[in-house]
Amino acid sequence: MKILVPIKRVADPDNASKLKVSADGKSVTSEGLEWKMNPFDDWSLEAALRLTENAAEKNARVGEVVLISIGPNDEHTQRIIREGLAKGAERGILVDGQDVGLDSDIVASVLKAVVDKESPDLVVMGKQAADGDSNVAGTKLAEKLGWPIINYAMKIKTNDDGKTLEVQRELDTGVATVKVTGPAVLTTSDRILQPGSVKNGVTPDDHQYAKLEVGGRYASLKGIMQAKKKPIDQMSLGDLGVDTTKALSYTKFELPPARSGETTFVEDVAELVDKLHNTAKVI
Amino acid sequence: MANVLVVAELLEGKARKTTQSAITAAKQIAEGTGGSFDVLSIGDGAGAAAEELTGYGAGKVLKAEIPGGYTCEKYAATVAAAGKGYDVLVACASAFGKDLLPRVAAKLGAGVASDISAVHTEGGSLSYTRPMYAGNVFGTVAIKTDKQVVTVRQSEFGAAQESGGSSPVEEIAIQTDPAADKVEFLGVEVVKSERPDLSEADIVVAGGRALKSAENFTSIIEPLVDALGAAMGASRAACDAGYVAPELQVGQTGKVVAPKLYVAIGISGAIQHLAGMKGSKTIVAINKDKEAPIAQVADYFLVADLFEAVPALTEAVKKL
Repeated sequence: MKILVPIKRVADPDNASKLKVSADGKSVTSEGLEWKMNPFDDWSLEAALRLTENAAEKNARVGEVVLISIGPNDEHTQRIIREGLAKGAERGILVDGQDVGLDSDIVASVLKAVVDKESPDLVVMGKQAADGDSNVAGTKLAEKLGWPIINYAMKIKTNDDGKTLEVQRELDTGVATVKVTGPAVLTTSDRILQPGSVKNGVTPDDHQYAKLEVGGRYASLKGIMQAKKKPIDQMSLGDLGVDTTKALSYTKFELPPARSGETTFVEDVAELVDKLHNTAKVI
Repeated sequence: MANVLVVAELLEGKARKTTQSAITAAKQIAEGTGGSFDVLSIGDGAGAAAEELTGYGAGKVLKAEIPGGYTCEKYAATVAAAGKGYDVLVACASAFGKDLLPRVAAKLGAGVASDISAVHTEGGSLSYTRPMYAGNVFGTVAIKTDKQVVTVRQSEFGAAQESGGSSPVEEIAIQTDPAADKVEFLGVEVVKSERPDLSEADIVVAGGRALKSAENFTSIIEPLVDALGAAMGASRAACDAGYVAPELQVGQTGKVVAPKLYVAIGISGAIQHLAGMKGSKTIVAINKDKEAPIAQVADYFLVADLFEAVPALTEAVKKL
């Protein structure tokens, strides 16, 4: 099985409250924040690696994971691709592009051009990027390819020698189960990091992965050494012949208004109840 | 002038309340630009649901009966065909709207503004405000394509009320999509609760990792939830640990809520959690650690052991 995993660099999401807006309100500045792999992509990479390895045999690779990142061709984007290669992906592709010059529509078009060249069995990607929070590119990519989209996958099981997948999708009203015939685009939910979330027919079905608290697996030292030798193909938007006309135009950015008032530290339960009942009047 | 089509969200043959939030946004767009709005009821039981939706002032209610469970590919072509006659398509930014509308947008060559928190119609030109970076930046965005597709944040658009009148119901043809044959719907497990819906409740009581077990959610959190007539929520850590069902997750991934009162119990307040609740009117934190990041947004903070404080709070609430 060959899986394409798009990964994006984003300003450190754990410190997003330190972002600033330029004086004219035309741009967001992330100075001082480290570039990180979009956490939603990290989860999807974890799912893709589980689908293409034998976890009972020291994660022996039985398939191929190709990473694709669209971003400035600099050390940060390259570092993030290397990080994914160190976790186990086979090779990377870097498409040179400025984040501010892209929107979900262009990203989907770039990814379609790469899918056309690479012919993967699956694209597994983050449901959203932690900066734009749009949750659009995966589904638009699927439509551009004429493939199905399976959003918010929390459990994936391969059937029929990998030709079909049974996927549980996390909804806000419960869980839906679908059977999908590839090729297809999948996005993942938080729950894809659970120990038994992926059954690929190679790793024994009763295998339980180590509990992951926040993101996907860490790279091993061996993985980090191997990643240095893995290839990263570089290309430009022009090489892919993608129309870069934006569908969206941002005219202004603002920081959210600060919450009014200070935090009142109450002494005990009685004071809390008094404040909520008599001051805030919410109970 | 923008004419708007609202895509209703059905659950078990009834329109979900998310639909009323989408109608509120559609009315703002239509009224602000001198246009009008219609509603599309699509899915299993669309006919009956269409009748429920005739009282909201829509020009008409379209119905497209599609039996069986929802898949994006089964609905998108029909929504796109209906959408050809409109300038703006609107749905709620629920798991349904965020799944379906981008595919419809791709079919229509339309840009998508997702999860918007406000509509602007000054001078008749449309733009939208939307939270980005987990709610740490708000962007104002215009869609440059001929057709516009928008999903709306439920907590920012109150439910539309019935305004009387009766919109005519019109059946539309079902369109097919070859991609639909690639997805077979096997089933859905809908979570039922006697409690108010998390996205719509006036009070939310949420628990975090510090609860330590599912049993403690039952014995410590649930009595307070029920004493307040609240909805129950949880942090990602608590959902991941299996203490409560994933549908209860509040945050950047999970539900965004803005109740009158949000009580965060044993929740440290990671930035991804704050993204889902910092729009709440009054925020209470009960936590051992007064330096926890939840203090950045809390109006009232009780530094205490939750295992003692919460049962005491429950008893005090019952006496009110």
